[in-house]
Amino acid sequence: MNSKPVAVVEADSIARAFGARRAVDGVSLRVSSGETLAIFGPNGAGKTTLLRLLGGLIRPSGGSARIGGEKLPGGPEVRRQIGVISHRTLLYDALTARENVEFFARLYGVASPRDAAMRSLERMGIASRADAPVRSLSRGMKQRVSIARATVHNPNVVLADEPFTGLDASGARALSGLLEELRASGAALLIVTHNIEEGLSLATHAAIMHHGRIARSGDRASIVAADYADEYRELVAAGE
Amino acid sequence: MNTASWWPPVSSAVGDALLIAKKDLTIEFRSRSAFLSVLVFALLGIVIFYFAWDSTAVSAADLAPGVLWVIFTFSGLLGLHRSFGVEHEEGAIDGLLASPVSREAIFMGKAAANLVFVVAVQAIAIPAVSLFYGLPLGGIALPLAGIALLAAIGLVAVGTLFSAMAANTRLSELLLPMLSLPFFVPIVIPAAQATAKLLSGRPAIDALAWLKLLLAFDIVFVVACMLAYPFTLEE
Repeated sequence: MNSKPVAVVEADSIARAFGARRAVDGVSLRVSSGETLAIFGPNGAGKTTLLRLLGGLIRPSGGSARIGGEKLPGGPEVRRQIGVISHRTLLYDALTARENVEFFARLYGVASPRDAAMRSLERMGIASRADAPVRSLSRGMKQRVSIARATVHNPNVVLADEPFTGLDASGARALSGLLEELRASGAALLIVTHNIEEGLSLATHAAIMHHGRIARSGDRASIVAADYADEYRELVAAGE
Repeated sequence: MNTASWWPPVSSAVGDALLIAKKDLTIEFRSRSAFLSVLVFALLGIVIFYFAWDSTAVSAADLAPGVLWVIFTFSGLLGLHRSFGVEHEEGAIDGLLASPVSREAIFMGKAAANLVFVVAVQAIAIPAVSLFYGLPLGGIALPLAGIALLAAIGLVAVGTLFSAMAANTRLSELLLPMLSLPFFVPIVIPAAQATAKLLSGRPAIDALAWLKLLLAFDIVFVVACMLAYPFTLEE
């Protein structure tokens, strides 16, 4: 019997160029239900562009990607499965935390959007500031609201770009707990970061991206955390 | 071709558009910054035109249509500029684009909020012009409001499209008027002509030909801008 898990996120030689610069250069990957792929890489490696491609926010200039078997950019049903966490907050400063999350809950067709928004804010430990305008919140608090916004619809696929940006220790714990919870419930997670320790703590698979390509990839079980940072530095230095 | 996936169900698209419009109007209501600055600009424009006016050379009925439509055109541009600016401040546009909302619904929602904004400015500017130039609106108030609304629909459709295009650029303040103004002309000319007929005391039926032209441009611009909008989002 073939017990290989079904791929939820697939990229096949996906590429994206901006003018002459190839930001993503033929990346192939596969993340299945219940897996977390952590992608590490220095600034400019193409990590954010890769996530934008997989989120259907930009079109590839080569190759293709699929979410849940449907080719991107796809329609509303594909986008309904995805939650995008960015290093930018993607929030409206003039609205309160609850209004922001509720607005997106309504766009995603979540049942009882107001209650769902409050639950999502509670999960991120920011419910006590639900009625505060986002502009009055600190960077870390905004990031918590942003994560609550991105996960209010319990997505099957989470694409997280430097999700720990601005979070304090308690925020980072809340985020790690939420991502673990989503993974355990069958979501496929793809996290890009240059923080190796945080990334490896969540990953079931890891990869290093450099100059728009996947330079190395493997199972988390085969990675020794202490050696991985050295490997990463050597790889990046060799590619400079 | 799968036509079902090309066009979203109307109820869903309209509902999403209303949600986006409500969100935009809530943001504007909280800050009031754009509305107040546009209103000040409109009222200052009316005052400046008033003091530059030689009433012995040009009658109020001849001057007022020009004043009104110059004010509406430029104050509209000022207001439309903020429409997509708010989406780019914290990258919120990515949240919208990643959501299951159709691009057409985003356009309709933004345009609906802009329409409320422009009509609100018109609702204050028209009585102000009437007051300054001593033109009683009495019997023409309703047809004049109709002309203003029809023109606002066309201006907002074009302005919303170009606001989306310009917002992602470094020279958005310059680019929006450069792109929009040539397309505003076919809307402003019939609107100004129809307004002139009404203010000069001619029966409303005399303005009908201009109104038909205005309506035709509205339909063309609304449809064309809604179809073109998804392409402005491509990087």
